[in-house]
Amino acid sequence: MKNIALGQFYPARSPIHALDARMKVILSILYIVCTFLCKNVLAFGALALSAVLLILLSRVPMRTILRAIRPILFIMLFTALINLFFTKGETLLWSQQILPFWRIDLHLEGIYSAAFMLVRIVVLILGTSIFLTYTTTPIALTDAIESLLSPLRVIHVPVHEFAMMMTIALRFIPTLSEETEKIMNAQKARGVDFSQGGLIRRAKALIPILIPLFVSAFRRADELATAMECRCYRGGKGRTKMTVSHLHFGDFTALLLVVAFGTGLILLNRYGFGFTMV
Amino acid sequence: MEDILIHAKDLWCSYEEEENSVPVLRGISVDIRRGEYVAILGHNGSGKSTFAKLLNGILIPQSGELTVAGTDLASPDLTDDDIFALRRQVGMVFQNPDNQLVATIVEDDVAFGPENLGVPSAEIRRRVDEALATVGMSKYAKHEPHRLSGGQKQRVAIAGLIAMMPTCMIFDESTAMLDPAGRREVIETFEKLNKEQGITVLTITHYMSEAARADRVIVIDDGRILADGTPREIFADAERLVAAGLDVPQCTALIHALREKGVALEGEPVTLEECADLICRALEGKNG
Repeated sequence: MKNIALGQFYPARSPIHALDARMKVILSILYIVCTFLCKNVLAFGALALSAVLLILLSRVPMRTILRAIRPILFIMLFTALINLFFTKGETLLWSQQILPFWRIDLHLEGIYSAAFMLVRIVVLILGTSIFLTYTTTPIALTDAIESLLSPLRVIHVPVHEFAMMMTIALRFIPTLSEETEKIMNAQKARGVDFSQGGLIRRAKALIPILIPLFVSAFRRADELATAMECRCYRGGKGRTKMTVSHLHFGDFTALLLVVAFGTGLILLNRYGFGFTMV
Repeated sequence: MEDILIHAKDLWCSYEEEENSVPVLRGISVDIRRGEYVAILGHNGSGKSTFAKLLNGILIPQSGELTVAGTDLASPDLTDDDIFALRRQVGMVFQNPDNQLVATIVEDDVAFGPENLGVPSAEIRRRVDEALATVGMSKYAKHEPHRLSGGQKQRVAIAGLIAMMPTCMIFDESTAMLDPAGRREVIETFEKLNKEQGITVLTITHYMSEAARADRVIVIDDGRILADGTPREIFADAERLVAAGLDVPQCTALIHALREKGVALEGEPVTLEECADLICRALEGKNG
């Protein structure tokens, strides 16, 4: 349990790891926009190529990347099927009467549409995972979000408090998971069986774990609050930071590249052939 | 008066929430000078932790005088800013090492205090490196706190205080949850701070062996000061300690037991070495 991984951060030295976390948040938003700019075969081809390039640049191994895709396989399959059979077009390839009132049509446009949607979903997930989860530590991400949202302080959004809560949550995930293990062992020693019985019985067996865990979490929270106050914490007011990150040349280059890529996609949309998405 | 850091006179305190509550502290009067190394001894519920919590404004006394580092804590118009100023000077290390570390990386946690004080970035960096070096944790600057041992976590907590440059550190049973090795690490760290940097150290404990190392021992029982003096003076009166629900250090108990059996031993050993020396000399005298 001591080796519990926070998030899915993959430590490596790569140009993407080296980017400023704030820039990576912006880049991933822009990249999401890019996936929605594509309209035809050429543009989607370029998008898929860019995703492959990103994977290579990030030096995250393919096996780790594929793990990000696995949870959305069902959504991908579902979207593909819907697009395949429910897209109406001009070129009818195949038609089949299944029931008297239900006929399945397969249009060429359906195949295009399904392929486009698949590329879009995969690239969407890959892009955000590469920019955010795989190459940025959760704590850097929290700091980045705090920094990017800081203008909202003007309208009294508690940005600093939100970031502090995130940090503390991250800090206590391993501590509480260790504690859960301890409590489970203690309850097992008293004869509680967590692996037997149906769903309801198993859920009931969790109660003697959750109650002590909550009690302990509240006690910890109380002690932590006192300790923080003793270390002169009084919110974000008048607080400085040890590490102030600056945007470098590389960050602006990356921004320029992504913007240029988006513009390129718009241009490619004009020179397409075959099916064009609306 | 300048070198008196903590001045308490007839201090009373009880927990307000409980109605008709019995006061936890009943008239504590004590003066602690700057640079002293004081152990506060007492069994569970004696009020020793309550006393510690008064010293940096976690609790507020009901009556009596209490001045810590120039801040009058018994004053009715005590402001949050006063307490903030006090806490810059008086740091506290708690019992559970897990519940006082805030950040996910050791050096970020050490930086937490100075960040709260609004120290400029470059200065924080310098203080953090220095503080980690002082407690011997520089190697672990980039580690995650949950992978450290209990003693190491407490040393990180101490570094977090050093980086705030306090004049006094209070250790509220900070060694109670540690194994013997971790306990030694922590004690050696604060003894070093006391000797080399002149930081006033108050350690609240129920370990006799720990109290025996201090320059001064204050025994609190039932909310009152039972005894106040050097470890030698305190442990000489074994009956009084037993009456307060405390044990005498093992070596003191051994010497007392030997004396009862009629072995002639002179002096009041406090540490293990002194005790061994005394017995050796007695044996040599017998044989020679």
